[in-house]
Amino acid sequence: MAEAVRTARAVGGGARRPRPFGALVWALPPVALLALFFLYPLALVVQQSFRPDSGGTSVQPYADVFASEAFRKALWTTVWLAPASTAGCLVLGFLLALVIAFVPFPGAKAVARFVDVFLSFPSFLITLALLFVYGTVGMANGAWTGLTGAAQGPFQFLNTPWGVLLAETTYFTPFVMRPLLAAFSQLDTAQLEAASSLGARAPRIVRKVILPEALPALAAGGSLVLVLCLNEFGIVLFTGAKGVTTLPMLVYSKAILESDYPGACVVAVVNVLISVGLYGLYRVVSRRAGA
Amino acid sequence: MSIRFDSVTVAYDGDVVLDALDLTVEPGEVMALLGPSGSGKTTALRAVAGFVRPASGRVLLGGRDVTDLPPYRRGVGMVVQQYALFPHMRVDENVAFGLRARGTARSEIRRRVAEALEMTGMAAYARRHPRELSGGQQQRVAIARALAIRPGVLLLDEPLSALDARLRSGMLAELARLHRDLPDVTMLYVTHDQVEALTLADRIAVMDKARLRACGTPRELYRAPADEFTASFVGGANLLPVTVGREGVGFAGTEVKVDTAAAVAGARATLCVRPHLVGLGEGPNRLTGVVREIQWRGATHRLYVRVGEHDVMADVRELKDPPGRGDEVTLHFASDDAVLLPAGVGHG
Repeated sequence: MAEAVRTARAVGGGARRPRPFGALVWALPPVALLALFFLYPLALVVQQSFRPDSGGTSVQPYADVFASEAFRKALWTTVWLAPASTAGCLVLGFLLALVIAFVPFPGAKAVARFVDVFLSFPSFLITLALLFVYGTVGMANGAWTGLTGAAQGPFQFLNTPWGVLLAETTYFTPFVMRPLLAAFSQLDTAQLEAASSLGARAPRIVRKVILPEALPALAAGGSLVLVLCLNEFGIVLFTGAKGVTTLPMLVYSKAILESDYPGACVVAVVNVLISVGLYGLYRVVSRRAGA
Repeated sequence: MSIRFDSVTVAYDGDVVLDALDLTVEPGEVMALLGPSGSGKTTALRAVAGFVRPASGRVLLGGRDVTDLPPYRRGVGMVVQQYALFPHMRVDENVAFGLRARGTARSEIRRRVAEALEMTGMAAYARRHPRELSGGQQQRVAIARALAIRPGVLLLDEPLSALDARLRSGMLAELARLHRDLPDVTMLYVTHDQVEALTLADRIAVMDKARLRACGTPRELYRAPADEFTASFVGGANLLPVTVGREGVGFAGTEVKVDTAAAVAGARATLCVRPHLVGLGEGPNRLTGVVREIQWRGATHRLYVRVGEHDVMADVRELKDPPGRGDEVTLHFASDDAVLLPAGVGHG
């Protein structure tokens, strides 16, 4: 909306106040597109969630879904897995970005570039790679069975939530690093030198000087990763298809495998509410933090 | 605490930015490193702080070789042009940073922070954030932060360059007062501004193209510069190419009487005369020429007078009836106001 108004101002030829009619004309196409491709399908999903297969309009689908063990398990898995992956990404991303930004080593620039490229990879690619390494018949287990003659290797975690955690952390870490690297490049190196000449060693400089200034970037990257993890589908499908079910997986299995559309819609609505709720929380927190 | 550079050479990728610097700063002395950008003065200061590693040579602080020590173990205070305050910390937290890093006792920290802020006149701003302060106030906080750790050596890297002219002269007086209050603190002051160097320094080291050109008291450098670069960079000067005669030198067909004891008769040399020591009208050592340009500078007039093939600058007290461009005028200067220098490439 604001974008449209601004465009209208620019097009209006330097007029100070946009004419209401002109602004409306410019606002119409994006709003129409938004409604057609986003709001309307969303409304359909919400509507469908109140239409049980037995006919009529009721909250019966909600009662059914909320009562089911599968839903509660999926909800719990989703709710702990996403923050855990996010925490992993934040720690790993912060450490890696620190090294790339502040430890001079040949090829630091190339590594930073690679982070950008990594962002464009599809998420299942990393899962596939992990399968090759840690899968039941992957390299790690193959080496183990080859060496010890055992029937199977010790790495059997890939189908568990820990496998999803590893894959999500690996895949989403660059999403934290990108804003961090941007923030670090803005950091005045004179501050680091001042801290150092005042007697502070590297750990104190990281804790007291770099970390506080990186907080907005960490918050931005972290909240992005949190929402992405919450809605991640490809990674969970590839790694944890057997043992791990999250809300998006549940939507998929209800809609495609069980043909329970109202149930799928209920789960989808819950998923959307959690995402929007988290986004709202992020806005409140970031405004408090003055970011 | 003394600072000693023992033929310190610094090079980046084979590019020598500091060439075998030998210099000793005595305990409690204010030494200005004066030079244009790229002269190596900041590199020299950073070698003392420990941010650049000399390719060869040693740096000694109070007689102790610190060349291989990391910055956090050198115990020097440092103040830079852009203040480099920690933006998310209050003023008192900024000042306490170094003391906390050293594990100073809490009560002692409180006392030392108050003392440092008192000394720089920032006590009333202790609970503000840097962004709420003006540039001059931020620089005072930076100085307080550097002094709180009670360093034996204070390094100042163009500390006034980010301030406007009026603030700068005020801060210059502040720094001079600070030095009187802390006579034991040795200060190394990097600047490209000769006024700052002349005002504040006990001695000035003039640097150019990675080398030390001259070192001496401001008066020595001003009255008797060793070479053309020093003469023009410290105070500005007329540098006139002359031929040495028996009792004076020849310039543009005129015989000028100066002390030629240090020069060989018949040799080429450069005569250095400060513009404000050149007078308008009749007198000894007369030079006659045509006014090419005249600038009014408030208290003075600056004349550019074409004498032969050279411009001679003269700063004279504001004239009631100044000559116009193209007028013929006579200039003069006292023999003992002129210094004969070896002929050089002719700076400025």
